[in-house]
Amino acid sequence: MFLWFHKLGSPPHFYRIAGKWIPWLNWMFLVLLVAGLYGGLILAPPDYQQGESYRIIFVHVPSAWMSLFIYVAMAVCGAIIIIWRMKLAEIVLISSAPIGASFTFLALVTGSLWGKPMWGTYWVWDARLTSELILLFLYLGVIGLHNAIDDKRTAARAVAILALVGVVNIPIIHYSVEWWHSLHQGATVTKFDKPSIHWSMLLPLLLMALAFQVYYVLALFHRCRAEILRRERNSKWIEEL
Amino acid sequence: MHSTVLLQTCNLSCMRNDRLLFEHLDIGLEAGQMLVVEGPNGCGKTSLLRILTGLRLADGGDVLWRGEPIDRLAGDYFEQVNYVGHHDGVKHELSCLENLRLARAMGVPSAHDLDAVLDMVNLYAYGETEVGSLSAGQKRRLALARLLATDALLWILDEPFTSLDKASMALFSGLFEQHLQQQGVIVMTSHHDISLPTQSLQRLKMGGAE
Amino acid sequence: MSQRLSLSQAFAFLLRRDLLLALRNRAEYAMPLLFFVLVITLFPLALGAAPELLARIAPGIIWVAALLAAMLSLDSIFRSDFDDGSLEQILLSAHPVAVLVLAKVCAHWLVTGLPLLLVAPLLAEMLGMPAAAQPTLLLTILLGTPILSMIGAIGVALTVGLRKGGIILSLLVLPLYVPVLIFAASATENAATGFDSSAQIYMLVAFLFLSTSLSPWATAAALRMSVS
Repeated sequence: MFLWFHKLGSPPHFYRIAGKWIPWLNWMFLVLLVAGLYGGLILAPPDYQQGESYRIIFVHVPSAWMSLFIYVAMAVCGAIIIIWRMKLAEIVLISSAPIGASFTFLALVTGSLWGKPMWGTYWVWDARLTSELILLFLYLGVIGLHNAIDDKRTAARAVAILALVGVVNIPIIHYSVEWWHSLHQGATVTKFDKPSIHWSMLLPLLLMALAFQVYYVLALFHRCRAEILRRERNSKWIEEL
Repeated sequence: MHSTVLLQTCNLSCMRNDRLLFEHLDIGLEAGQMLVVEGPNGCGKTSLLRILTGLRLADGGDVLWRGEPIDRLAGDYFEQVNYVGHHDGVKHELSCLENLRLARAMGVPSAHDLDAVLDMVNLYAYGETEVGSLSAGQKRRLALARLLATDALLWILDEPFTSLDKASMALFSGLFEQHLQQQGVIVMTSHHDISLPTQSLQRLKMGGAE
Repeated sequence: MSQRLSLSQAFAFLLRRDLLLALRNRAEYAMPLLFFVLVITLFPLALGAAPELLARIAPGIIWVAALLAAMLSLDSIFRSDFDDGSLEQILLSAHPVAVLVLAKVCAHWLVTGLPLLLVAPLLAEMLGMPAAAQPTLLLTILLGTPILSMIGAIGVALTVGLRKGGIILSLLVLPLYVPVLIFAASATENAATGFDSSAQIYMLVAFLFLSTSLSPWATAAALRMSVS
């Protein structure tokens, strides 16, 4: 078990495995995406309150989920870096950050696009949008710190510590912002909360979430491979490629 | 025989910005021995010393103190180490005595009285003087005085003779010799040619073909 | 052979040493306080001096200014020690670095956070905040500013080795300050409008305990990274 873990952790091995997986992941992503979009945009009935415009949740909600998921994944990598100093975890952490930031950005954009028909304005200081915005800053901090440090292994350690600090703070920030929102907005309806959701909407939503998940892995593999090539450009196994 | 080896490295390697500085480095130092690390600029001397202190992590291999990895010993190792690096590590706003008191508080105080320590490095008259007004050589002497103010077996010195005059260099060579006689261990880098006790001296040439 | 100091003695020693250094660098440490006052004076100039408006936004202004002042002062926790090599000596100490870090952060708070308490009542008065809200304002500053120092220490420790650490530091630290800002400003505002603010105060106490127990470890790890 440990040996397997160790082997997977070696960059050349990961490079090859990831290379083999990428075509399969491409197909999986495509199938899930088409199924999810078809279910969400065509099969699912319009919402009785919001009409057609609610359909943006099929992009918005999965990207918001991914934005959190990726940060947690980064923090897990951070713990691995600090405890075992595993190179692959460094690469995964660094490669995840821009993907996570993109999902966060996507969630913000779709959220405000959704806000226009709902609230009549692109931006309201809604609790979730606000926490998503702060999450974006956290991602940008990770990317900025990594870029600022020249030695990439030192940078990875710095970013690992930052990701762990961030992951402790995310729930605190999230609940603080939610509390702040409930305090200042009083009893306005939070449009993102749905008491119950019909399966014809839930199913495409889950399919889309799965598609985004696969997309993350796919993008991660691509970025990791590029990062591995960059880091190990001087080593023997790369010259043999 | 094996038990007298105090500081040891196994298969040590170090990278900086993707560049390999050294690898497969094995050092063994017994009580009373001294290692002088030599080599051109940028060959990794300072990195090696910092790895030995535990300030920097090696990219591969282990540093052992009495057979145990130093990262497991942590504080128990640090109290045995005294490091004087490129920076003097003295505060300009504090007096000489205040600086030495801090060094003592951070490590294990030696039996010497602090005034006596200052006397040994010819700074006795400057005890209450703010370090900011001292010359570079005097600051360096104060940094090296830390070695005497605390009781550490292992001295790790990065270019200890920088900005010292001839007399001071001789003074400290004498002190190093004394430390070796008391079963201490010294690792140092130096560009200066100084008379050092040869019988217990190891030299490590770094850099070159790689 | 003599013994090394006990941990509490070492803590006290480092605390005293940092306070002494601050005393000898008085001018530098007065800057954040000056900045705090200056930022607050800008608001009436920008928004007009209508008393009811100023009184309404006073808690927010004071806390945003406190956040910025705290951030401005952060660099001095480790900067000079990093530059002159003292930080290496502290990291090579026989004592647990997290405890020594805590001593340094405490000293830093005593010289940069605590003075805010002295000028805050004056500024609150100038902004027309009701007198009844002042005890709560002071309590939030007393509880909140040490949290800012604790969290900020992690950020400085991560960036102290960088040439252009300043701008990155604000990006790292300000998002983490959000909870403190929310609860502290809201507590003060509640007090100013005559509501109960004990819930917010309890949250700040909880944050203080949490940050005091976790931040020194992260800071110590970050410092080890920065010197390597």
